[in-house]
Formats: sequence, C-alpha cells, structure tokens
Amino acid sequence: MKNRTAFFRKTADLLLNLAAVLSIALALGGMGWILCTVFSHGCSALSWELLTAPSKPYGEAGAGVANALLGTLIMTAGATLLAVPPALAGGIYLAEFGKQSKAADALRFCANVMMGLPSILVGLFVYALLVVPSGHFSGLAGTVALAIIMFPVIMRTTEDMLLMVPDTLRESALALGMSRMRATLCIVARSARNGLATGILLSLARVSGETAPLLFTALFADTWPEDFFTGPTASAPVLITEYTTNSPFEIMHAMGWGAALVMAAFILTINIATRCIFHENRH
Amino acid sequence: MQRSDTLFRYTCLGGAALALLLLAGILTQLGMHSAPAWQHFGLSFLWGSDWDPAADSYGALPHILGTLLTTGISLALAIPLALAVALFITEVPEWLGSLLSHGVDLLAAIPSVIYGMWGLFVLVPLMQEQVQPFLAETLGLLSLPGGAWLLGEDGYGSGFGFLTAGVILALMVLPYMCAVMRDVFRMTPPMLRESAYGLGCTRLEVTRDIVMRYGVRGIVGGIFIGMGRALGETMAVLFVIGNLMESPAGLYSCGTTIAATLANNFAEATGLQQSALFALGLVLLLMSFGIQLLTRYYLSKRGENN
Repeated sequence: MKNRTAFFRKTADLLLNLAAVLSIALALGGMGWILCTVFSHGCSALSWELLTAPSKPYGEAGAGVANALLGTLIMTAGATLLAVPPALAGGIYLAEFGKQSKAADALRFCANVMMGLPSILVGLFVYALLVVPSGHFSGLAGTVALAIIMFPVIMRTTEDMLLMVPDTLRESALALGMSRMRATLCIVARSARNGLATGILLSLARVSGETAPLLFTALFADTWPEDFFTGPTASAPVLITEYTTNSPFEIMHAMGWGAALVMAAFILTINIATRCIFHENRH
Repeated sequence: MQRSDTLFRYTCLGGAALALLLLAGILTQLGMHSAPAWQHFGLSFLWGSDWDPAADSYGALPHILGTLLTTGISLALAIPLALAVALFITEVPEWLGSLLSHGVDLLAAIPSVIYGMWGLFVLVPLMQEQVQPFLAETLGLLSLPGGAWLLGEDGYGSGFGFLTAGVILALMVLPYMCAVMRDVFRMTPPMLRESAYGLGCTRLEVTRDIVMRYGVRGIVGGIFIGMGRALGETMAVLFVIGNLMESPAGLYSCGTTIAATLANNFAEATGLQQSALFALGLVLLLMSFGIQLLTRYYLSKRGENN
C-alpha cells in the first residue's frame, strides 16, 4: 500500500461518505419526485366520472377509465388464481422433496431464468400460443401472460419461506404419525403462511402494473370487459400507454395521470402494508 | 410411504416442472415463428441495418446496438450509485438501514409505465432545456475530442434519446443491484472489518480493501442482475427513446431497442415482418439467457471459495 498522509486519507474518506449520502438522497429523491409528479397530476384529474365511466374515443363527453381499472383487476385476479396453485406445488417440491438433487437444481435454474426474462417476451410467447390459434386478442391471453410472469416468482419465494421453517417442526409432525402430505400442508406451510402471503401479494402488485406482456395479448378496447374470453380487453397500464404516447390531447394525458395515480396508490399500498405486517411478525 | 404421499410428491413435481416446460415453450415458439426470417435473411439478419416493410427487408443491428447502448449508459450511472447506496445502508444504524432499504426496494415496485410517463413529461423537457446544454457547453464536453461524435454536431438534442432512456433505466435497475450488493456487504465477517478498523483504516479503506474484495463475486453478480433488467425493460424506454429505426449516432440521438421495437410494431405486423420481430425476440431471449447464466455463475459460487 502506498504511503499517504493522514490528511489525504481522511479527505478521501469524507468524500466517500459524502458520495454515499448523495447517492441515497438521489435514489430516494428520484422516487419522491416520481410519486409527487403522479400525485399532483393525478389528483387534479381525479373525479367521480373518471372512476366510474368507461373510456371513450376522444371528444365524447363523460369518459373515464373505469373499464381499464376493472380489466386490470380481473386480469390480475385471474392470473393469481392460475399461477398460485402450481407455483405453491413447485415451491413445495423444491423445498421438501427435491432439495439439492440435480433435478431440483435444474428446475430452480429454470425458474431463475424465467424471473429474469424480459416480460415482453412472455407477451410474444402467449401471442404465439393463444392469440394465433384462436385468431383474436383476448383478456384471457393477457391473464395467462401475467400468470406466467407470476409463476416463477411465487415458486421461488415459496421455497425460500418453507426453508425457513425449522426441520424439528417437520420431524415432530412426522413422528406423530402424520403423512408427508399432511405434515407439509398442515404444519410446514401453515407456519410459513405469512411469508407465503407476502410473496403472493408482492408478485400480484408487480404484475398488476405490467404493460409489455399485455400489448399484444389483451390489447385495448373502449368497452367494459364483457367479451373477456373472445375480444380485446382494456387494462389500466395499456390505457396509460395509449393515452400518453399516442394522443396529443391534454385531456387524455390528464386521464392517463388519473389512472396512473390509482395504479400507484394500489401498488404502493400493497407493498407498504405487506412489508409492515411481515416486519411485525418477524419480531 | 402412503399412496397419497406419492401422489402429492408427483403433483408437486408437476408444478415445478412447469418452469422447465414454459421456458422450453418460449424458446421453441420464438424459434418456430422466427424461422421464416432466418431462412430468408440467414445470419446476416444480425448485422443488417434496414427496417423497410415496403421492401420486406429487415435487419437487427440498430436494435441490438440501441439495446446495448441504453444498457451501457444505465449501468455506468447505476453501478457507482448502487455501491454507494448499499454501503450507506450497511454502515448506518440498523433501524435506519432497514427503513432506507425498504425505501429503495419501493423503487422496484413502481410500475415501469409510470417511470415512462414521468420520463416523457418531466425528464424529457428537463434534459432538453437544462441537462443537454449543460453537458455540452458548461462542462465543455462538446469541445473535447470525440465530443461531437458523442453529443452530435451542435450538442443540442430533442430531450428524447439514449441518454434519457439510460437515466431512467439507471433508476429502475438500482434497487435490484442494490439489494444484492447490500447482502454481499453484510456477509463480510465482522472480525475482518473490525480488524481493519483496529489497524487504523478509514471507512474508505475498509470498504475498498476488505468489503469489496471479499464480496467481489457478489458485486459482479448484482451488476449482471441489473444488466438483465436493463436489457429487457420495455415501457420506460419506449416512452423516451424516440423510436427511430436507426443505429445510435451519439448519446443525444434518438433510436430504438429490441424491446421498444417489439412493443411498437408487433401488433400491426404480418408475414415476414412479424417473423423478423419474432427473430428479434429470439435475439433478446438469447442475450438475456446468457446474462442469466453469468449471474448464476457469479452468485451461486458466492462465499464458496472465500
């Protein structure tokens, strides 16, 4: 190591501390800035009509974003229903049966790769899988795309949460004569239920804001999601994209901000609430 | 073992095998649907630079270069930032550290379309009016050698383009990189750290010579995670990149990335163009797959050879 004067070393140290404080200020400041922008633009656009009326082509009176919000709600709920059962089963397999075996390692690797895949590729996949054979865009295709994005995330969190359950608990359950299935479902999974719920809720919040996989699966429509299974279905993220990039009109931008505010509030509430609940349970 | 247990075990295996099936399905579907494009253009699709639906001539080069450039800019901005944030979080008292790390994690929760809106309505005007002239004139980057190439001839941009996309991406990948680096920093044995402090090292020296050296694999793994995110991010980039099917001509120029091209053109594309878009998707898949391999390589060995 080179000889440096104490002054040089202390100054360099001070600079590092300063850089660290500046960086965290920048990161959190950036987030605060984004949220403030959404809040201030969104609040001025928010009205009863916006939240209850369906979207309409430009120029028609009484337009809102309610159909898109409902569409997002249905698609997110549907994706959760589709993704959670196999994902829980897969997580149980990795944590309870597969452990460190070659097969489990390979499947774990696949799940990791899927988690890192760009979400737009999932959109392409579902387009090729559902939209091409059926011949029409549909809300169902969007739901499947969201479920595919959710699946590996929930599978991996399930595994992590089950691994946190102490082995003595498993052994006690088995020693009492329970079958493996009952021990896993009634004892292990039950004692990890807070963690499982957190994982599911966080991934639900994440996919509800996904746009890219919906662009060519669910597409967009100015109607209520009546033909969910057979026709294009509106969703809030796609509405925001359409209204801000493809429209020169102030009023549509304002409606986009309104939808963005509702989305951001929904997602941040879930995030903060689950973090608080989980945090309390750990102590 | 009871029969229900065997059944349960295979049900669970089935759930887990879905990961493999889906991954294989994505690969085969993209491969199948992009086959016409590969047959028509061969491997020269990769370095062709046309995108002309009228002449049915497509090439991937501008998209690949654009993707690499935005990823590069975002990493250059995000790596030092993530290191400093992770360092700060591990060094402050624990209650403050966990509060701050939850705060940084929330950055990852904001939907990308909201980043895109913010970029379009706030960052783009800001870049155009303040940042780009500042970089070009006040900092004098334009008069440096290579400056004209980087910033364009006059040093003024529209606010859209690669630099703006890189800035937004940096903010988006920061939480992912930071989460990994934070864990790495926490894994340094306290004894090593305390010994170094005991020898009279400053915090900078402890960080540089002990913590970062101890966790270098984890840091590299974290960088690759961020890279994978930046590579495939669609919406935020789509809003601010300018969507011009041309190879990047400097930081201020408009262009496109693979993901943005897909999002923009796919819904209306038919025939050979659609196949070419699928081929672009396959390229993106392979790039992201390669990065995942590197990530796993660095993160799974973490701690083993230390």
